[in-house]
Amino acid sequence: MDTSTRTLAAAPPAPGRLHRFANPGRFLRLTDSWLLPLSVAAALMLGGAAAWALFLAPPDWQQGETVRIMFVHVPMAWLAMGGYLGLAILSVMSLIWRHPLADLAARELSPVGAAVTALCLATGSLWGKPMWGTWWVWDARLTSVLVLFFLWLGHAALVRAFDDVERGARMGAILALVGVVNLPIVKFSVDWWNTLHQPASVTRVAAPSMHVDILYPLLACTIGFGLAFAAVVLAGTRAAVMERRVRALQMAAARRMEAATP
Amino acid sequence: MTRKRRRLYVLLLCGIGIGSATALTLTAFQDNLVFFRSPSDIAAERPPEGRAFRLGGLVESGSVERHGAYDGRPAIRFRVTDGQHTVPVVFTGVLPDLFREGQGVVTQGVLGTDGVFRAREVLARHDETYMPPEVADALKRAGHWNPAEGAPPPAAEWNTARPRS
Repeated sequence: MDTSTRTLAAAPPAPGRLHRFANPGRFLRLTDSWLLPLSVAAALMLGGAAAWALFLAPPDWQQGETVRIMFVHVPMAWLAMGGYLGLAILSVMSLIWRHPLADLAARELSPVGAAVTALCLATGSLWGKPMWGTWWVWDARLTSVLVLFFLWLGHAALVRAFDDVERGARMGAILALVGVVNLPIVKFSVDWWNTLHQPASVTRVAAPSMHVDILYPLLACTIGFGLAFAAVVLAGTRAAVMERRVRALQMAAARRMEAATP
Repeated sequence: MTRKRRRLYVLLLCGIGIGSATALTLTAFQDNLVFFRSPSDIAAERPPEGRAFRLGGLVESGSVERHGAYDGRPAIRFRVTDGQHTVPVVFTGVLPDLFREGQGVVTQGVLGTDGVFRAREVLARHDETYMPPEVADALKRAGHWNPAEGAPPPAAEWNTARPRS
């Protein structure tokens, strides 16, 4: 507690442009004006994308209207994996440079990551029953995404399991980095092994095997959910920084009181 | 600075260690990670008698015969193909909506001594193509594609979004 209070009360001015956000005070000032525009943009984008995806986009030739589950399922899957990549980067920053802000952001990120992964699994299950004929199978894709969900949950629980906040953050960072091996497994499981889950429709090397009338609303939904994800994590991180500052101020006030009483 | 550098190297070393351990494990378990076996796999190596496994492939065009079972449940007979080999399958029960000729299926069951696969479960395995009904109809009308024969033509032929090459 004592060390973290000191780091937050007077973080040394770090050199270099990357360290600009490392100082929690500067982070609060910089992001002060971001949260509202980000939330408004997310709400507008999600509203527009939902209308596009649910009413304007055509059904699929063989799956019919059921294909609309994809407009939630796929953004959640991309966010679950992209978010985990973000968690890994925060963990590297935490372990090597001991950024106090990276610890806080990682702590706020993992419950949101667990939530989107759970939504990905739930929507996938709801989609699998009518189309494939089963809620769940233990194929490589589904199993590796379930492992990703447990990694998110494990990180969220582990960083909160220690009385010493910094120790918890370090353990969580190690878990997150060990779990990075699962990311290529999730991504390439459908190519390396045969699975019930179909391979990716949208890749960088070939034309997307998804018609543009379905692809564009999907991308709009992805941007909308991505903005909402960023807004939630940013709000959580800002709240966590402020909470720590309040605690640090209270500690300082208590110490002054103690010093003043003879 | 040196402590940071040391932590970076330790982290990189651990990453290489965990990465290669995972790669080795996955390579060792390669055969167990497949969800289903293709008719060619079964022709190459016949699975042990009475052992349940999953058979996957396309429903061969023109092979589907439907008839009622004695207890009133729908019964079906079809062949699963991967282009090289085919395996005849019998199944009694409810099929998924996407089941049709030319569709991918994954069936679980036992291969009989007569070479007929007795499926307990049939799952549909659709491909990664998504298109509106009008586009599918246009492709079929133009003679580019018969869904009963298998996968649609490459996306570059019908999709207007093409990555720059």
